[in-house]
Amino acid sequence: MTPLLEVRNLRIRFRVDRHTSTEAVKGISFTVPANTTVALVGESGSGKSVSSLAVMGLLPRDTTSIAPGSQILFNGVDLLGLTAGQRRALCGKDIAMIFQEPMSSLNPVFTVGFQIGEVLRLHLGLSRQAARARTIALLEEVGMPDPATRIDAYPSQMSGGQQQRVMIAMAIACEPKLLIADEPTTALDVTIQKQIVELIASLQVKRQMAVLFITHDLGLVGEIADRVIVMRHGEVKEEGNATQVLETPADPYTRALLYCRPTLDARPRRLPVIDDFLSGAAGPGIALEQRTRGLTALDTPVLVVDKLCKSFFVRTGLFGKRAFKAIDDVSFTLARGKTLGIVGESGSGKTTVGLTLLRLHQASSGSAMFEGHDLISMPERAYLPYKRRIQIIFQNPYASLNPRFTVGQILLEPMRIHAIGANDRERVLLAQQLLERVGLPAAAFGRYPHEFSGGQRQRIAIARCLTMKPDILVCDESVSALDVSVQAQVLNLLQDLQDELGMSYLFISHDLAVVKYMADEVMVMQHGRVVEMADADTLYRDPQQPYTRSLLAAIPAKR
Amino acid sequence: MTTASPGLWMLAWRRLRADRIAMLALAVVTAFLLLLALSASGVVAADWEREVGVNYAPPTFMGAAAASAAVQTASVALPPNPFDPLAADIAALGRSGTVVAPAAKRTTLPFGADKWGHDIVKKTVKGAQTSIVVGLGAAVLAVVLGTLFGAFAGFYGGAVDDLFNWFYSVFTSIPAILMILTVAAVLQQKGIVTIVLILGLTGWTGPFRLIRAEYIKHKGREYVLAAHAIGASNWRKMFAHIFPNVSHVALVQLSILVVGFIKAEVILSFLGFGVPVGTVSWGSMLGEAQNELILGKWWQLAAAASAMALLVTAFSLLTDALRDALDPKLK
Repeated sequence: MTPLLEVRNLRIRFRVDRHTSTEAVKGISFTVPANTTVALVGESGSGKSVSSLAVMGLLPRDTTSIAPGSQILFNGVDLLGLTAGQRRALCGKDIAMIFQEPMSSLNPVFTVGFQIGEVLRLHLGLSRQAARARTIALLEEVGMPDPATRIDAYPSQMSGGQQQRVMIAMAIACEPKLLIADEPTTALDVTIQKQIVELIASLQVKRQMAVLFITHDLGLVGEIADRVIVMRHGEVKEEGNATQVLETPADPYTRALLYCRPTLDARPRRLPVIDDFLSGAAGPGIALEQRTRGLTALDTPVLVVDKLCKSFFVRTGLFGKRAFKAIDDVSFTLARGKTLGIVGESGSGKTTVGLTLLRLHQASSGSAMFEGHDLISMPERAYLPYKRRIQIIFQNPYASLNPRFTVGQILLEPMRIHAIGANDRERVLLAQQLLERVGLPAAAFGRYPHEFSGGQRQRIAIARCLTMKPDILVCDESVSALDVSVQAQVLNLLQDLQDELGMSYLFISHDLAVVKYMADEVMVMQHGRVVEMADADTLYRDPQQPYTRSLLAAIPAKR
Repeated sequence: MTTASPGLWMLAWRRLRADRIAMLALAVVTAFLLLLALSASGVVAADWEREVGVNYAPPTFMGAAAASAAVQTASVALPPNPFDPLAADIAALGRSGTVVAPAAKRTTLPFGADKWGHDIVKKTVKGAQTSIVVGLGAAVLAVVLGTLFGAFAGFYGGAVDDLFNWFYSVFTSIPAILMILTVAAVLQQKGIVTIVLILGLTGWTGPFRLIRAEYIKHKGREYVLAAHAIGASNWRKMFAHIFPNVSHVALVQLSILVVGFIKAEVILSFLGFGVPVGTVSWGSMLGEAQNELILGKWWQLAAAASAMALLVTAFSLLTDALRDALDPKLK
């Protein structure tokens, strides 16, 4: 029996500029049999998304070239040999795709019913009424509550999870034989992620279709895939049955991907990084030194936050405004040299807590005592000297560094503002020491942020904070945008710095495993309120609140 | 030890040097600016007002045929008019020697002559001085004002934004020509500075709107929040952090406005608010060309138009390349 999709010797090149091009996919071959789920796993730059886009024919024509020997056989027909028109007829009908960001994949100016109906009218030639009836049935099938009224809603009126359901409804509208899901849950909260993965799995069984599931998260793979393909740098590293790959991985890279991620049941002193696996220094059999966490009676508080509130005002009507409480009565104590983890889903107010403490948002009420002074109520001018004491590392290292500043300028600026170091010579020296400390070459000093990878940029952001020698560091989803292997390196760096400099961390993340690894104490937030707060080990072992339990239950594939 | 890193401008210059078209454009623009400096200091074209040729002397390369035709028409002597009441006086003046016989006028000039016999080449050079000063000066003024207002409005938002937006609405609600005439009437002086002010004070609205939108977009970006977190002042955030990231908008606006203002000066001159009598600009040359074209005298139009086209194209290419060069992300 021929497989539904067979990729043979696929080579894809990207043109960077006139003279240089890079090979993104280096001659990969894999098959997707009918009625099975195949997971394509890899980190950024592995070529997994590029391969799937090549199947859909969505690569930009002017900058990409597919090598002549490549073949993409769908039902025995080479897609690369078809005309644009023939491929368009296949796409959306026999091959459908769901993208990572449902918010930007749906057209904001049309109702979701119109957008799903468009597929039906275009490919199946249904009439307007028939399409509408079919759309309602589809929305029902993907688990949309009250589909008969939601059909006329605009994408902006829906939550991220509902938008992704609409995308799935659109994709399965024409009963495709192959569904390509490109990181469909990466932008979603854990509890929603669980629902969407379950939905895709159930639709796969019900519709008897094949699914090509692309993800960076090996944990997710165990829940959905029959077969797994692991990719790195445009090459297939390992391929096999899901259970076999996940339980007895043959390739060290697969092992690294599996074990670089912090887990809920262990807390090694240092997270193993990818090089450890490739060199054989770490692996499933090798026991790692463990670290104990939690607060002790000896800890001294460095920051005491009491009844912090922040309201945003939403304009209603001509003059009315409605208060929306982003954070509501949040109180906690941060101990010197310890880490407080804040977990919650999007909209829980966890980021607002961090931004309000840094006075990037003006708090509505409450206090934050630091060395006997209230950071919240003091005037802006009086706050300036405290700015260097409390610093923040943002989520997206691509956005938090000014692209027009060299790394040197980025590091020198805070030192100049706060008059750290006697003169510029001294500052340059300090900046270079810090670059070395965060693991960057000295040559980085004169280069621009875009020349660095995500992990390296996050190191630059950390170095910028370190120039001011802060007492408190707010890490706002600081490792969420990074690849698993890079994430481990940055977490190790943060931990080393805490051990060395005794900084206190406010570690904000949606990832419960990462928070478990980093935090001494954990605070769970929902809808702006604190749901539960306890020592990290206690909270994960014995959650008191139903919401905490549901969060923990949603973590994919606890090993 | 790696000392100070190459700044943004140093890097931009390096990238610009690698771009052959940009360097050509830069050479052309520099040549024009050099010409401007020379003509302003009186080294070249100071004597453009001397009537060196016969009126409408054709360009030399047109050949002898055209030239001789011109000479013939000029040299046809008028027959003595017996009814001329001043004939006797003129004859007397001629004898006493008070009237100097006009110097011999050339029948052809390198690029022809205008109605009064001015050398077109010199006239174009002198006209360039006026037009470039007007176009560049007014565009720089408009973009600086627009950027400044836009930065404040976009960055501070709220009441400051409202204030600038009201101001903007007032300026844009009045028809452009009326606005120009109003400013002209208030300034009440004819001169190059006046034209620069008129165009600059009315032209800031476009850049304002675009820069304001960019500032609104950028002020919420994480790198600006990060700058705030390290204690950078508002002024620093606005002009050291955000401005380099939106400078391409200002540059593109500058190049569009330079072109627009050189043309606007033509209209102003036509309406009588332009350059004063005795000053020449490409605008006034184009104005004269209207009447000449009917007579088939195309050279003044050609000279002014091609000089303008050359400068405008070079300037557009240069700003375009500069925009790319200033973006560290593009190789």
